[in-house]
Amino acid sequence: METKQYAKPVEEVIAKYPKSREHLISILQEVQAEYGYLSRDSINRISDYLSLPSSKIFGVATFYNQFKLKAPGRIQISMCRGTACHVKGSLNLLDTCRQMLGIEVGETSKDGLFSMETVACLGCCSIAPAMMVNGRFFGRLDKKKVEYLLDTWRASGRVEE
Amino acid sequence: MTKVFIGMGTCGLATGAGEVKIAVEKWAAAHSAAIQITRTGCIGYCKAEPIMDVVADSGHRVSYGNVTPEVAGFILDEALIRKNYKLDGLLGQFSNGKAPLPGIPLIDEHPYFRKQVKYVLRNCGVIDPESIADYRSHGGFKGLERAMGMGPQDVVQEITRSGLRGRGGSGFLAGKKWELAQASKGDKKYVICNADEGDPGAFMDRSILEGDTYSVLEGMIIAGYAIGADEGIIYCRAEYPLAIERINKAIDVMKAEGILGKPMKSGFTFALRVKKGAGAFVCGEETALMASVEGRRGMPRPRPPYPAVSGLFQKPTIVNNVETMANASHIMREGAESFAAMGTQNSKGTKVFALTGKIANPGLVEVPMGITLREIVFDIGGGIPGGKAFKAVQIGGPSGGCIPAEHLDIKIDYESLKSVGAIMGSGGLVVMDEDTCMVDMARYFTAFITSESCGKCIPCREGTQRLYEILDSIVSPYAKMADEEENLLRFNRVLNMEGLAQVIKDTSLCGLGQSAPNPVLSTLRFFRREYEAHIYDRKCPAHQCKGLLTYTIDTNACTGCTLCAKKCPTSAIVGEKKKAHYIVDEKCIRCGTCQDVCRFSAVSVS
Repeated sequence: METKQYAKPVEEVIAKYPKSREHLISILQEVQAEYGYLSRDSINRISDYLSLPSSKIFGVATFYNQFKLKAPGRIQISMCRGTACHVKGSLNLLDTCRQMLGIEVGETSKDGLFSMETVACLGCCSIAPAMMVNGRFFGRLDKKKVEYLLDTWRASGRVEE
Repeated sequence: MTKVFIGMGTCGLATGAGEVKIAVEKWAAAHSAAIQITRTGCIGYCKAEPIMDVVADSGHRVSYGNVTPEVAGFILDEALIRKNYKLDGLLGQFSNGKAPLPGIPLIDEHPYFRKQVKYVLRNCGVIDPESIADYRSHGGFKGLERAMGMGPQDVVQEITRSGLRGRGGSGFLAGKKWELAQASKGDKKYVICNADEGDPGAFMDRSILEGDTYSVLEGMIIAGYAIGADEGIIYCRAEYPLAIERINKAIDVMKAEGILGKPMKSGFTFALRVKKGAGAFVCGEETALMASVEGRRGMPRPRPPYPAVSGLFQKPTIVNNVETMANASHIMREGAESFAAMGTQNSKGTKVFALTGKIANPGLVEVPMGITLREIVFDIGGGIPGGKAFKAVQIGGPSGGCIPAEHLDIKIDYESLKSVGAIMGSGGLVVMDEDTCMVDMARYFTAFITSESCGKCIPCREGTQRLYEILDSIVSPYAKMADEEENLLRFNRVLNMEGLAQVIKDTSLCGLGQSAPNPVLSTLRFFRREYEAHIYDRKCPAHQCKGLLTYTIDTNACTGCTLCAKKCPTSAIVGEKKKAHYIVDEKCIRCGTCQDVCRFSAVSVS
């Protein structure tokens, strides 16, 4: 997800939603899609919009795995940790990423290029082990393939569509 | 016009179906041929993805697997120009009522498909999921029409008679649930389709939603009509972007056609919308799911009152799984009898399983209830690759249990599975071979539950954490333990593990907690020896638990090429050039790199 240069103000992004709590999760998803994460400022603005305490919004945002409270890298790696991937050695692939990128799960590299997280299951178990990078799926991975992919992305600074 | 079908579900796309489509378009342009490309969902044989079907002039549809962009051009050359269909990667031809093409096997006769019965998945991989016309021509909306011709009461009766049980995990009779909701009084009722497929290792719902979107939505409208609801919500995981996109498209088309949002002949009006989940396993539990739809933290609440009485926004609600909804639409079309004719006494119909793990043919399989596990793993799945021995299958995900080799002949139905401590679950079937450590599996599932527990009730929040600590201490090296007293405490905890698991099971609030210890209890039941090997011998028989492994270099086999020393991330390997190397155990992080890179098989692990 490329950070957009002229991000819309939060109010504009969420204006289409009625002011009721029912839409909170959708609003958070929409804001995250726009900014890449939920900043403290966005949460406060959503709080004003819905007339709901920020603490409640923070409670919801931290409950669900999808929401990020820190800015992610330009290349977001989501390593699948589902059962099928686990059986096929996704933990070792995670270690490979860790070593090559020098970041832990949930962190963003200093140059802002890579961030890494784990997901419970991507649902492509038949091509395990798999990962999702900027919305693209990569399956039937092994150590060599991961090393190759990371090197390519590091060199080009982006993931091809 | 020539027709080409390309399987473009998530798995297909990940293996390069997009590139294949481009190759076909290029071929068409180069040959100035008009080719109609249809994007289908998943046919289930994921090993052979990307899959491409070519329709011959005679109307015969021939399917090919493992198609790369280069191969695609070759297949089109041969099949369309030279009329030669017998090519590498041939899976078979679809039967279409006409005499089959000579010399080409039928796809139904393919070993992977022979024992399968396609009831819910009949359209997956066959039709264009984004075309309502294609769905109609395959019998779509006939079920809805038939339902409209009957009273709501009769629809519920029909579902009850079919014996359909909830495919989400609990196996509650769908008809019974609908009956309760129908009997509830209220001005507003809801139908929710649970597409929050959170079980790691399961992708049945994704495939159905991607491959036969309309059948699920049709099932929801039928359910709405039966219980008297006017609004339906599909709660779908955000991790399934393609499924969400297709549902939204389908809803728009149905609105335009007047199926949704306008009164139908009987005066019944129904509206549908998608609610994206945000990633929480516990939201698969119905009361937690409803809390999430209401915009709150997805925490379950005690039942009763059941959702059928007081559910979403305190209105009567039914929550059914994707597969249940799809089944309902087929049952209404074909009648309860044909469904009830399949399966066993108490488990009717078919079940879709996501067959994954250490198996030759991973993919999506649909089998009649009552089939044996052996048939699924060996006849359909093709057994274990690499000549390894079968060890167990994990069925039902983190809430389920494992079934070892001695129970391979068990029948797949709700009751039989329960008798060996497993559950049907939503349909994840992960096969494990001799290289899989069962203690590690139990630890993996417990770690998953620990991070997914919502934290509302103490047995689940604290109990699973303690359980994880115990399992973790079993697989951790002793050297890291502080002192003797710590070691004694450890043994004490191991002894209490079974008791703790039982307490969590008995006292947790919702299904997630109650079933959380299942992986531990069932591995303890069938693989106690492996636990003992970890605890007493400090060995992991499957060489999986890193804390208990020791890497050594065979000084006779080592040529001193220094490759391992160069690759070792912690510089734990020392030695002079052309002389045998050694591993410094204290520095070794057991990553296995040295074993991978050694060209002389000098590194061994124990």
